[in-house]
Amino acid sequence: MVTIQFVPYTEIENLSGLGRIRKLLNIAKTNKIVLLQGRLRKEEETELIKTTMEEIDKKFKGIELAVINPSQTAKDEIQKFKYGFLNMFFGDTQGMTIIGPSSIVKSIKKDPNKIELLTKGR
Amino acid sequence: MLNKIKQFFKGFLTMWGPRQNFKLGLYGPPNSGKTTLANKICIDWLGEEMGKVSPVPHETREVNIKEKVTIKAKDGRELIFNLVDTPGIATKIDYEDFMKTGMPATKAKKRAREATKGVIESIKWLDEVDTVLVVLDGTQDPYSQVNVTIIGNLAARNIPVLIVANKADLKKYKVKKVQSAFPQYEVLGISAKYGKNIDKLYEKLFELAK
Repeated sequence: MVTIQFVPYTEIENLSGLGRIRKLLNIAKTNKIVLLQGRLRKEEETELIKTTMEEIDKKFKGIELAVINPSQTAKDEIQKFKYGFLNMFFGDTQGMTIIGPSSIVKSIKKDPNKIELLTKGR
Repeated sequence: MLNKIKQFFKGFLTMWGPRQNFKLGLYGPPNSGKTTLANKICIDWLGEEMGKVSPVPHETREVNIKEKVTIKAKDGRELIFNLVDTPGIATKIDYEDFMKTGMPATKAKKRAREATKGVIESIKWLDEVDTVLVVLDGTQDPYSQVNVTIIGNLAARNIPVLIVANKADLKKYKVKKVQSAFPQYEVLGISAKYGKNIDKLYEKLFELAK
């Protein structure tokens, strides 16, 4: 059985960068797939990878990560403007982040039109 | 904030011409051909290789630096830089994956430990590099989050980037897929192994260094 835990942006909004990473990684380390409303900041994404590497051990082998940013999937200039405008007000609450422990999630394939989450057979 | 101050001073110092002695970083996921490209650059301009390459991922597990690489343009201009070859950035490392290549468990565990440290080093070096070639494997899915994160991070730091779609010599190679994944960036297709388009890459380095 695969457990997906939804994390609304409000739960991480007031946390520090390190606090956000800690919270999300702690959930992933309990073998749950994290579905975060919104996105981490670019530097936080890199910090998440760095912290993940620091914590790899016998049990925890890392994560699979995918970020959906609506402004990057915009099909035309109007959509780009619209999402750019929304970003000014709602910032990182736009989009979605998926973090899955690599013990469960084999890979996340992402292209502009679909996301495929491949889990490992148990 | 510290990055912005650094960028300001870099910009100030380079107002009167191309940068000299800047740090050119090679970044990308494991096995994209960063060290193969570093070797090609070093053989072409220094006459010696930089590092060992292998089909097993995470062969480069430490940041390697080759100082004062001087390349020359057809019109006589010179560009001097320190070449920084970084370990591939990954979000997961499992020693069992190395064992699948026939590696003994002890060696695989050691390699995995070193590989995790290598990724951390690569990320730390993002603060040090001035210009980056993001080396992607043109036969693989370009939409991987590691690629997006590296490129997004460099953009946030205002570091000039050229995406290099490597392995143009292979059948599965699709440069257009890389271009469509990163439409806001210039993508140059090359084969580091056979030197395809390497002269174009050297020309681009002069543009990036401005």
